[in-house]
Amino acid sequence: MNFLSLFVLVPALMMMGLFVSRNRKQIQFVTATGATLLMILSGVITFMYLTERAVGNVAEMLFTADTVWYAPFNIHYSVGIDGISVAMLLLTSIIVFTGVFASWKIDPLPKEFFLWYCLLSIGVYGFFISTDLFTMFLYYEVALIPMYLLIGVWGSGRKEYGAMKLTLILMGGSALLLVGILGIYYQSGATSMNLYEIAKTTIPIQAQYYLFPLTFIGFGVLGALFPFHTWSPDGHASAPTAVSMLHAGVLMKLGGYGAFRVAIYLMPQAAHELAWIFLILTGISVVYGAFSAIVQTDLKYINAYSSVSHCGLVLFAILMLNQTAMTGAILQMLSHGLMTALFFALIGMIYGRTHTRLITEMSGLMKVLPFLGVSYVIAGLASLGLPSLSGFVAEMTIFVGAFQETDTFHRVLTIVACTSIVITAVYILRVVGKILFGVIQDEHHKHLTDATWFERISVVTLIAAIFVLGSAPFWISNMIGESVLPVITQLAK
Amino acid sequence: MQYTLLIILLPLISFIVLGFLDSNLKPKVAGAIGATVLGIITVLSYYTAFEYFTYHQIAGVYEKVIPLHVEWVRFTEFLHIDLGILLDPISVMMLVVITTVSFMVNIYSLAYMEGEKGFQRYYAFLSLFTFSMLGLVIATNIFQMYIFWELVGVSSYLLIGFYYTKPSAVAAAKKAFIVTRFADLGFLVGILFLSFYTKTFDFGVLTSGDASVFASTAGVSFMGISGMSWAMGLIFIGGAGKSAMFPLHIWLPDAMEGPTPVSALIHAATMVVAGVFLVARLFPVYEVYAPEVLHGIAYVGAFTALFAAVIACVQTDIKRVLAFSTISQIGFMMVGLGVSGYGGHEGLGYMASMFHLFTHAMFKALLFLGAGSVIHSIHNNELNHMGGLRKYLPITNITFLIACLAIAGIPPFSGFFSKDEILSACYKFSPYMGATMTFIAGLTAFYMFRLYYGIFWGKEHKHAHTPHESKFAMAFPLVFLAAFTVFAGWIPFGHFVTSDRANYDIHLDYTVAGISVAIAVLSIILATIMYRKESVVPQKLASCFSGLFKAASHRFYIDEIYIFITKRIIFKHVSTPIAWLDRHVIDATMNGLASTTQWTSVKIKDFQSGQVQQYAYVFLLGTLLIAGLVLFF
Repeated sequence: MNFLSLFVLVPALMMMGLFVSRNRKQIQFVTATGATLLMILSGVITFMYLTERAVGNVAEMLFTADTVWYAPFNIHYSVGIDGISVAMLLLTSIIVFTGVFASWKIDPLPKEFFLWYCLLSIGVYGFFISTDLFTMFLYYEVALIPMYLLIGVWGSGRKEYGAMKLTLILMGGSALLLVGILGIYYQSGATSMNLYEIAKTTIPIQAQYYLFPLTFIGFGVLGALFPFHTWSPDGHASAPTAVSMLHAGVLMKLGGYGAFRVAIYLMPQAAHELAWIFLILTGISVVYGAFSAIVQTDLKYINAYSSVSHCGLVLFAILMLNQTAMTGAILQMLSHGLMTALFFALIGMIYGRTHTRLITEMSGLMKVLPFLGVSYVIAGLASLGLPSLSGFVAEMTIFVGAFQETDTFHRVLTIVACTSIVITAVYILRVVGKILFGVIQDEHHKHLTDATWFERISVVTLIAAIFVLGSAPFWISNMIGESVLPVITQLAK
Repeated sequence: MQYTLLIILLPLISFIVLGFLDSNLKPKVAGAIGATVLGIITVLSYYTAFEYFTYHQIAGVYEKVIPLHVEWVRFTEFLHIDLGILLDPISVMMLVVITTVSFMVNIYSLAYMEGEKGFQRYYAFLSLFTFSMLGLVIATNIFQMYIFWELVGVSSYLLIGFYYTKPSAVAAAKKAFIVTRFADLGFLVGILFLSFYTKTFDFGVLTSGDASVFASTAGVSFMGISGMSWAMGLIFIGGAGKSAMFPLHIWLPDAMEGPTPVSALIHAATMVVAGVFLVARLFPVYEVYAPEVLHGIAYVGAFTALFAAVIACVQTDIKRVLAFSTISQIGFMMVGLGVSGYGGHEGLGYMASMFHLFTHAMFKALLFLGAGSVIHSIHNNELNHMGGLRKYLPITNITFLIACLAIAGIPPFSGFFSKDEILSACYKFSPYMGATMTFIAGLTAFYMFRLYYGIFWGKEHKHAHTPHESKFAMAFPLVFLAAFTVFAGWIPFGHFVTSDRANYDIHLDYTVAGISVAIAVLSIILATIMYRKESVVPQKLASCFSGLFKAASHRFYIDEIYIFITKRIIFKHVSTPIAWLDRHVIDATMNGLASTTQWTSVKIKDFQSGQVQQYAYVFLLGTLLIAGLVLFF
């Protein structure tokens, strides 16, 4: 068995451990150990990957393994990773780890919560290590279903509505995907569903014309592509903290990753021809999300719309179809994953204390919650692209990359996308100024206690990751840049 | 000269230590760490300047020294952000300016901020700012500069909003950040344009004079303006934002909400001249490839100088008077660059502008620190709460007077020399420009002495307790900077900093000097008549020109225009409709799909009633129908 499968196995073992756990202590032990293991595992994988590349292994995918799973349809369980998957695995592990600590005292039904939580992470991990189209799709579905229960049971506010809406819209997207994937398989005439086998064939251009939009929108829905993004604000607003973190932090990345790996990689001609339509849509996402965030009053809505804007930038950059912009897109996925998880963690912690998420009902929290306050400011600064934090590197790579496209259409869109750095500053500073600064208005807020140790673990880990990515981006950006190349070669065909 | 790395790193370490330990440190210890680190790097900077200007001149031209250079992140084959240290005359000069003023402010704050809550945090932020500002000036490439440009912006945000429980301070910090961020958008797009055509971020390559770098910009134009003009114009917008040029100046007066030593350091001496530094850094590019932008800079600078000087004449908050005076003086520096040519006598404006940056940093920091001393003793910013303070604050009085004389351009104080060179360069450019700038210099002398007399002379105001002179830690920086202000003018500046890095001997133009000194003296006399003793003249004048007076007091309503644009247009007429559209159109469509599905289900669910009789009935009907159809046709 290939050791990449450990990423799926460890959460599965965690689930077993949870089955037999009898009290909260044991649950905490199982989840914390499992999450730590996953962190170590992805650290080791990253190290192995980099050493392998350093000794000159230039294969597209490393550590590959392949087992026939369902012969009649040539479905294989095939795994393998490149620099992009490594980056995504790292991200997932960090978010899963911090999510566990952020829901340390989850109530009620901690056991069931974590069971679904682990199933969700199985889906995500499996998606990132798979190279078989059908297995990818399968894992994708595995990641979606637990979401419904996690929000519906442990959520807050209009949770049934939010859960239903989120699941239905994402399911709608995956219906398009299924058609797209089957279409790709049959049209390519490949002998297996392996991505790299299919990439060797050429899908007829007429087929690409309808398969590209199907798959791009299918994944785009998850990446909050305008106008299919409306599940995001409602879904996030009602989701419990750790689920928001995992969902915005990792699950939305499945969209960008899939669009990149499936839609663009397999259908390069259509990507060239049709990119402009989606560039307009994503360009709208970027600015529209940011403008919507300015007037929201609920912290989670602000962050959800901000995600629309930031994830819009991911898809926007992918569609620029050049190496720099695509590298930037992957960096932006990482960066957005980390900082949005940090935001949702902090919002959850603040909500747990003040019992409100409305910025009009909070003020002066910096005085009573210095740790959470400072962390919120750091998250905000990362989001508005302060150098030395992750957002800056990602955005700059995207902008420089996008600027390599010389025609007026791309230029104008790039400049429009650039304006988001100003709008982001507006809504971030508005929130920080309203809830953290000033004088405390609400009497009850005067006696709040600052973060507990497990909350601190979660927050500090995320901040450290944001800082590392922002201050020492060279290794990760090189790793991603190399792995983007096959797609570029494919596009040049 | 690898040790220059220490100059950058020490403040960073100081920031990290102070930031992490925060209130675990005693305030005294935190202050001591901050001030000591600054002391060390000040000495190092002086040594750097000494070594650089002594040993690094080859055939009369100062060479560019790059003691450190690493690649940070790679974008494309050609474009990569490097981090490094570039030493050339202007960056070495800036090292001296920044460390000196920052050191003085660090000492001053020991006493000024004593007992304030968050003292440690304050020192951490000061270190962060010093680090960022130093990183900005030694940048080897334009993207490194942009990185530190953003970092100084954030340090400024944190320090303006230091009193974070005060709503006005929070609002001012936000405004400062957003206005400069807006300008930075121009800067960023400018960098993107420039780097796309030149395939480099590196200052060395850009300013090498090698025409092949710019070969691909030939013929590029958009809306009738050349590509290079677009790029350099956009980059200037970034500089205009930081340096508070009209109409992006609105954040600076509000930034006075921060602690006064911060205003002295950031909003008078160092950060606000970053825009001037940026233009100076790229001067060879502006001069050759975008001369019309350079002229534009001159006009923007001149207008800003005039505009701000007029407002400074009527403001009543002493820090705001100084803020507008800063804007006006930065206008002078921009004009200096704008009217300059390259090399030798042609490059007089450049040299003068840098000279003025140097002297202005010292005397304006002195003015702010003096104002801080006044505010500290009477706990008020308003001119009409002051008067007759010279008896109580003798040191502040003398040093403030020296600074006023310097900014007014009275020889032999430093401001005279630098301003005079700018005026000479302006007259060379065009007599109108020269005359305008001379007039503004006169205004400067007038409003500065209005301020001086208002604080230290005139009618004594009753105070809650008798004002007293500040402690040594506050008095020392005043005396030190005053000494600088007195003597800095005699530095043969042309031997150090010129546009082509070669020696240039300054010659005073006695006609220009004579006229400007005469006008300055006249203005001072006028101010003396009007403000030394209580007099009715100011009121009469104000009512005479009531329209102008009112408009100037309201800063010509620029802030109102901004509020109109942001609150009314952006918030009410852009964001709110978009948010509405999202909920009521796009989301409603999604919900509509769901409810349509539901409605359809409800309507057709009766077909699946589960009643066998009904099924049998429908089956029978269907059979009969089909049978009938078959029979008849």
